[in-house]
Amino acid sequence: MREFDLREQTVRDLNAQLHSHHGSDAGDQYRVSHPNGAHAVAAGIDAPLKVDIDGHVGYYCAGMNKHASVRISGTAGSGLAENIMSGTVHLRGNASQYAAASGHGGLVVIEGDASARCGISMKGVDIVVGGSVGHMAAFMAQAGNLVICGDAGHHLGDSIYEARLFVRGSVASLGADCVEKEMTDQHREMLRKLLERAGIDADPDEFRRYGSARNLYHFNIDHADAY
Amino acid sequence: MCGIVGLFIKRPALEARLGALLAPMLVEMSERGPDSAGIAIYRDPVAEGNTKLTVLATQLAAGESYDWRALTAALRAAFGGIAALAEYDNHAVIRLPAPAADCVAWFNREHPELLLTSSGGVIETFKDVGLPAAVLARYGIAGMGGSHALGHTRMATESAVTIAGSHPFSTGDDLCLVHNGSLSNHNDLRRSLQRRGVQFRTENDSEVAAGYLGWRLREGDSLKQALEHGIRDMDGFYTFAVGSRDGFAVLRDPIGCKPAVMAETDDWVAMSSEFRAIATLPGADDARIWEPEPGVIYNWERG
Repeated sequence: MREFDLREQTVRDLNAQLHSHHGSDAGDQYRVSHPNGAHAVAAGIDAPLKVDIDGHVGYYCAGMNKHASVRISGTAGSGLAENIMSGTVHLRGNASQYAAASGHGGLVVIEGDASARCGISMKGVDIVVGGSVGHMAAFMAQAGNLVICGDAGHHLGDSIYEARLFVRGSVASLGADCVEKEMTDQHREMLRKLLERAGIDADPDEFRRYGSARNLYHFNIDHADAY
Repeated sequence: MCGIVGLFIKRPALEARLGALLAPMLVEMSERGPDSAGIAIYRDPVAEGNTKLTVLATQLAAGESYDWRALTAALRAAFGGIAALAEYDNHAVIRLPAPAADCVAWFNREHPELLLTSSGGVIETFKDVGLPAAVLARYGIAGMGGSHALGHTRMATESAVTIAGSHPFSTGDDLCLVHNGSLSNHNDLRRSLQRRGVQFRTENDSEVAAGYLGWRLREGDSLKQALEHGIRDMDGFYTFAVGSRDGFAVLRDPIGCKPAVMAETDDWVAMSSEFRAIATLPGADDARIWEPEPGVIYNWERG
């Protein structure tokens, strides 16, 4: 276990140390204290490290994460786990805008609420939010799963491609081309496993599923004259 | 980009430290706005029927200082012997035994070379170009007590980097506005307000927002109603913090383009563009922290 106190050391020191590990280095553990809202804490890791951050982080925490498991005890500013590739980012508190935006893979868990644009342009990441999300969640989402245990704000899944959205509470409004879809046993089983992986206690039977009506991004022969 | 901070003291024993608590918050927002900074601080109320003004000498050459002594003599001649003036470099805080409207009219008539940055019974504003730390030091903000304060760090996008274009902007007696964002319909709105008699000193979009709110308040709106009308009439990106005699209000545009975070403990309520400014406050680690929702007006007032 290596300790970093961000009152004494800089984020640059921390990230340089974390970046000194490469894909195959395994198992090293780090504890980071007093982040005090600093930006880009533990961004760009490319190794199966375990990083525990004790406190509140600023923008882009654990951005571009690959392989690592990053846990944050407090709240996070904009862009938590932005463009995550793999690994796990687990936040105890609330996240600000565009959490897990454009994430390609891995798992992002937000125990509290996420604000606007959670999972915007997600490309394969799994996101589990214990609370509610703000407006424009999963905007242009392409692949992956977004699980919302609370409520979803306006325009959920606007212009969505193929991601799956699960919501336990209410949906303020659906975005363009996003529709409610049948929740099959297969979906319930997948959701159960995902909630279990996230460590979030919720009953899959209480969720509804939303996804793409596939009208926006498929060529319609009736519109051929428009071109 | 710009930075905003606001601090409202709940525990009276902390009021003496208001400036000392606000200063590190503002410095933490330096990267968001390194070209100018400003502070509105609410302290030392004047007696009923009296007025407190802040005036700013904007046209000084380097090394030149304004003749505040001559101004003090002129004020005493016009308003009587108890007129008082406290110098803060290129700013002065003036106390006069007359209603605000009369004081403002006198300054506009007699001293058009001075920029009147605030009027009321409690508010004082200080602003200048330069790094936040330098602006804070120049006016001794860290040594000031008070009930609540707002601060702004500016990275100009819509207009020139000048002392007059710095925030806060006055919107009425004891009211001021700081803004992070940019308004896209400010030219149109400025023309329409000018037709209604609102005067502007700069090409700044935030001054238009301040002028708009001031106009709504004169039309009889409460601050909340004025902000509600603002959501309808102002187009663009904004997080506004509006200081009033008894507290402050926060509003983000309905799309939520610009950041804001709030925190509260038993001792204080704070808002900022980013949490790292709030992290400088005592007890921040255990504060209740949340993000204000877009298009929702949040208001704190002394009970």
